[in-house]
Amino acid sequence: MSPSRTLAVWCPDWPVVAACAEAGVGTRAPAAVFRANLVTAGNAAARRYGIRRGMRRRDAQGRCPEVAVLPDDPDRDARAFEQVLTTIEALRPGVAAVRPGLAALPVPAAYYGGEAPAAAVLIEALVAEGVRDCRTGVADDLFTAEQAARTAPRQECVVVAPGGSPGFVGPLAVEVLEGMLEEGEETTQLVGLLRRLGVRTLADLARLPARDVHQRFGPLGARVHRLAGGTDAQLPVLREPPPDLVREVAFEPPLETVEAVCFSLRRTAEAFVEQIATRQLVCTRVRVEVECEASIGTTYAERSWAHVRWFGPGDLIDRVRWQLGAASTQGLGSPVSLVRLVPETVEPGFGEGLWGGAEELVDRQVAKVRALLGHDGVVVPVLQGGRSPADRQRLVPWGDRAPGGRDRALPWPGSIPGPAPSVVLAEPWPAVVEDAAGRVAVVSERGVMSGEPTRFRAREGEAWQTVAAWAGPWPVDELWWEPDPSHAETRRVARFQVVGADGRAWLMSCTMTSGDGRWWTEAGYE
Amino acid sequence: MTAQPLESTTAHTVAMLRERMRRLGEPTARRELATHPALADVVRLRAGGTYRVDTASLAFLLMAGPSREGAWTALVNTRDTGLEAAAGLGLDLDRTLVVPDAAEHWVEVTAALVEVAALVVLRPPPRVSAHAVSRLAARLRTREAALVVWGEWPRCDAELRLAGSQWLGAGHGEGRLRSRRTQVLVRRGAGPERRRALWLPGDDGEVRPEHEHEPRILTAS
Repeated sequence: MSPSRTLAVWCPDWPVVAACAEAGVGTRAPAAVFRANLVTAGNAAARRYGIRRGMRRRDAQGRCPEVAVLPDDPDRDARAFEQVLTTIEALRPGVAAVRPGLAALPVPAAYYGGEAPAAAVLIEALVAEGVRDCRTGVADDLFTAEQAARTAPRQECVVVAPGGSPGFVGPLAVEVLEGMLEEGEETTQLVGLLRRLGVRTLADLARLPARDVHQRFGPLGARVHRLAGGTDAQLPVLREPPPDLVREVAFEPPLETVEAVCFSLRRTAEAFVEQIATRQLVCTRVRVEVECEASIGTTYAERSWAHVRWFGPGDLIDRVRWQLGAASTQGLGSPVSLVRLVPETVEPGFGEGLWGGAEELVDRQVAKVRALLGHDGVVVPVLQGGRSPADRQRLVPWGDRAPGGRDRALPWPGSIPGPAPSVVLAEPWPAVVEDAAGRVAVVSERGVMSGEPTRFRAREGEAWQTVAAWAGPWPVDELWWEPDPSHAETRRVARFQVVGADGRAWLMSCTMTSGDGRWWTEAGYE
Repeated sequence: MTAQPLESTTAHTVAMLRERMRRLGEPTARRELATHPALADVVRLRAGGTYRVDTASLAFLLMAGPSREGAWTALVNTRDTGLEAAAGLGLDLDRTLVVPDAAEHWVEVTAALVEVAALVVLRPPPRVSAHAVSRLAARLRTREAALVVWGEWPRCDAELRLAGSQWLGAGHGEGRLRSRRTQVLVRRGAGPERRRALWLPGDDGEVRPEHEHEPRILTAS
């Protein structure tokens, strides 16, 4: 049996439960919590009327006129959940809140004679406290345990056997990630993208190579990939993080309001996350310790918080806010003199296990090269639409986002079909093409050649070549390359493919004028 | 500085011992890098090796092997590359680093990129010092990467060049370039030159070996 199994306690529709309790409304009647006139949560009764998340208030009331309209308040949810946490803690210390409505703890199986009995004891205690709807799940890792709890019937427990995580989460649709990882925007985008790519279930995602997922979706993708593969729990977890990762901030004089504390905490939270990240780690469980100046001396409150993904600075501040909000109901509402963030569990961050992501390694080497050559010294190639071969490619500094290139899907009339040239000159070479009479070949404004090209010189210093074959012209209007930018103007140029007697082929262009033409070599087919 | 006879024999012994240590430290068989199937029977890239090519398309073709397997590749000092052609030959541009102009830092830059890329293509400057060559060779030996030099280079494991290229598809004003048949010649040390007839690219844009029974068209029409 795996050394640590996680039990997730899930109270469905927690915001509604908390709001109903506050408003003194029964939870059996349809009720929903609204933010900015949109439904953020509804209870089972409301769902029976077809009220869904994201629905407008008017529509919700249209479907069910008697629905209780409750305000959204995460602090209230956290306060109400404190009671649940206290109840669980009385049975088994070491509980960590994940968010209001979800808590995780190591299964106290040995004491209660099995995982299912332990869950039953917990549920019984919670129901006795008045938490009627709670469901539990047991699995190797928190993610699977939560999913198990979500499939459990009311006041029941679903146990996923050790090692059974991949099989359990595999058939789940990728949408389950949306509710879980928080940080709405990023996750919603990821889920939408996965769907468009045809990745429907977590098993589909797990089948993709880890490295590809990491490169395409970054650290979040890598994390989700690990979750989907059920390998999350197999990672080496540092149960006792180094003590120097602890960060604290003292307030002098002590702060009275939660807002002031959270505001002053931002820098500390960022430093906390950053110093863990510099060790290629992420924090997935943190203990928030708060000291308050009360008239009776210093009081002290602590609570552990777990995160399905990992804690970012914003997540930490939310947890502190919830914890302070909850503490204020328990008579700890004295001014806060100190907040300490203690990492309880840190894990190797970002994707590829022990070695760090390939991308981080590349980043490091790119930084070395940049130290020598400057920011633009290292670039990545991007293809785009365009008529000339030089227009069809672009070099973007490494790490910069390529801002809107030209669409390759457009037809680009005047572009030359067929194999692309393997050499594209950044600065075209002045060339000469002559016709049979030994004059420079000219293309008229209507695209008519003065004579058949018979010999050419790709650039000064190259040997003259007899034209073995040629194709063109492809006429096009464009801002033509000019050594002196002030002379750049829209010109009509004609492009030719010219094959020399030596077997080499070139892409050449000629300005279309009535006078003598100027020839350039733009690219080579080496 | 004039070397005393004693010192010179010491230096000789040290050099000999170093050479022996180097040989001991070197794994007998270096890891093989993926090679594009069209070239697989004439050349096999090995990590730590240096290869010379004379054309961009050969450089891209060699890059395509490891790149298609998900490895990173890099181009140094290559301002004039046709990246669309490179992508067409199978190079994954998302995992390609380009240093268009490394100027006098080309040795340091190449050494840094060898750390992350499985294959680095370098266009060396006209004059290359023996010191730079041995420095890069030493770096390559300790890394799992191959160096492809597009240009002149004093020492290399194999030399690849194209010969007898023939572009098909263009006439006298009509048509367009469609395909090229060419020969890849590979010289490895003093051994005999090996050759492979290739479509680079074929009509469909793919690179493939030319089959014996395909009639050789001598005139383009």
